[in-house]
Amino acid sequence: MISNEKKLIYKGAEAEVYVQNWHGLKAIEKIRTPKLYRVRELDTFIRRTRTMHEASIIHDAKKAGVSTPLIYMVDIIRTSIIMQYIEGIRLREYLGMSDNNHRIKACRVLGDRVGRLHAFGIVHGDLTTSNMILTPNQDITLIDFGLAEYSKEIEKQGVDILLGQRIFQSTHHEYGLACYKAFLEGYRERVGSTMADQVEERVKQIAKRGRYAVER
Amino acid sequence: MGIESTAHTFGVSIASSIGEILSNVNDKYSPPPGKGIHPREATQHHCEVGPRVLEESLKKWGGNIDDLDVIAFSAGPGLGPALRTGATMARALAVWLNKPLAPVHHAIAHIEIAAKMADIKDPLVTLVSGGHTTVTAFTGGRWRIFGETEDITLGNLLDMFGRAVPLPTPGGPEIEKIASRGTNFIELPYVVKGNDVSYSGLLTAAKRLLTKKPLEDICYSLQEIAFAMLAEATERALAHTQKQELLLTGGVAANKRLAEMLRIVAESHGARFSVVPREYSGDCGAQIAWTGILAYSAGSIVEVAKSYVKPRWRLDTVDIPWR
Repeated sequence: MISNEKKLIYKGAEAEVYVQNWHGLKAIEKIRTPKLYRVRELDTFIRRTRTMHEASIIHDAKKAGVSTPLIYMVDIIRTSIIMQYIEGIRLREYLGMSDNNHRIKACRVLGDRVGRLHAFGIVHGDLTTSNMILTPNQDITLIDFGLAEYSKEIEKQGVDILLGQRIFQSTHHEYGLACYKAFLEGYRERVGSTMADQVEERVKQIAKRGRYAVER
Repeated sequence: MGIESTAHTFGVSIASSIGEILSNVNDKYSPPPGKGIHPREATQHHCEVGPRVLEESLKKWGGNIDDLDVIAFSAGPGLGPALRTGATMARALAVWLNKPLAPVHHAIAHIEIAAKMADIKDPLVTLVSGGHTTVTAFTGGRWRIFGETEDITLGNLLDMFGRAVPLPTPGGPEIEKIASRGTNFIELPYVVKGNDVSYSGLLTAAKRLLTKKPLEDICYSLQEIAFAMLAEATERALAHTQKQELLLTGGVAANKRLAEMLRIVAESHGARFSVVPREYSGDCGAQIAWTGILAYSAGSIVEVAKSYVKPRWRLDTVDIPWR
């Protein structure tokens, strides 16, 4: 039995996430709340475009063969999306509590899924391990496509991978290097060596553009 | 004693082992309006004012120079020639007085002086200056970078836009003044990538508007967009790291609008917000003196022969034994 009560389960940076009963289905509602620090024109624009974008890309990601939540309803005025509740554990916690073998396995799957998105023409835009759910059947469901874009540009794919690398180096720094390697292997297997070489080369270039890159 | 010479400022400060700033004398090189910092000119400036700054700082402190425990200097990142002036003075003093020499990472010094003044222990830090735009938190012995600029820094953005107007360098304070008179919001590129920001497109777009729109509206919109991007990146990192404290430091931290935005971000996540006091926000000797004490207490000292400056010393490569 799914509770009829609407309950806040997560307060993220840009949205509040509630779990609720949606016509007999266990669902979450993601509401992009107004940001008081932004001027109103900018705030409304950002929240609306991201809500529309997210709903459409979550749907299209399925065509790329990547598991994402089912969209039940989109409300542009309230900037809210009601979608399927995904059972499982966030990759962020899973990596922290697993042994190396399990971590590497999960990160390979993740690399494969990101590869599928890129090959299809979608970049996620926010590849942090908080946005990935490992489901009971060992699949990875990607959530939070608020910064995602339709693009096949190597530049954007490179930024995507770089953001993933950053999370492995910061949040998961104790074992992150092995995870990142496995992630790249999974990615390479999916997209092929030619594309993987190009993207990895671009990742290095982008990293060098920032301040105080080690080598230039 | 801490000696700062990373970019435009030459500073000498004496601090006590409990973090009292006993003297803090700084002299800033100002390039003409429309021009940026020329490394040679900045270095020339440091060489000229260096001895006087040292003398004044010692005089203000009033103590005996033999009582100093450690000579700290800003070893990077920064302009190589400028860094070498402070390093040379520090080495000379260390040899002459027979005192240990402590190399200090300039960005870590921005963080440590702010953390000390705010009495904050384990914050998420938003560091904004001409050289840095970084969202960082301490874990596993180092400051880990959770978000940063992928091209120019927030300080660069304001300086370079200011130069295009042209306004005096640094551009930030002037832009803040002019922006306060702006009323019409103009749409400009808002680029957040995960926890990262990118300001180069915003700079180009804002410069293109210069002949088309009133300057106060451009400055207002430029600030609103640039700061909102950073506030969002900070909020993302805050939600991700779940830190209970948020600390804003670096030269651009003196901007009231930016501080207001980050205060709102912190409060909406139940985190305590602090901003570095204005007198320690820009580059200064005090940040190096206090961090030098921390480094020295933890044994982070260097032989004179190996005391190289590191113009591209990256924040997340520095081991921090004192935290």
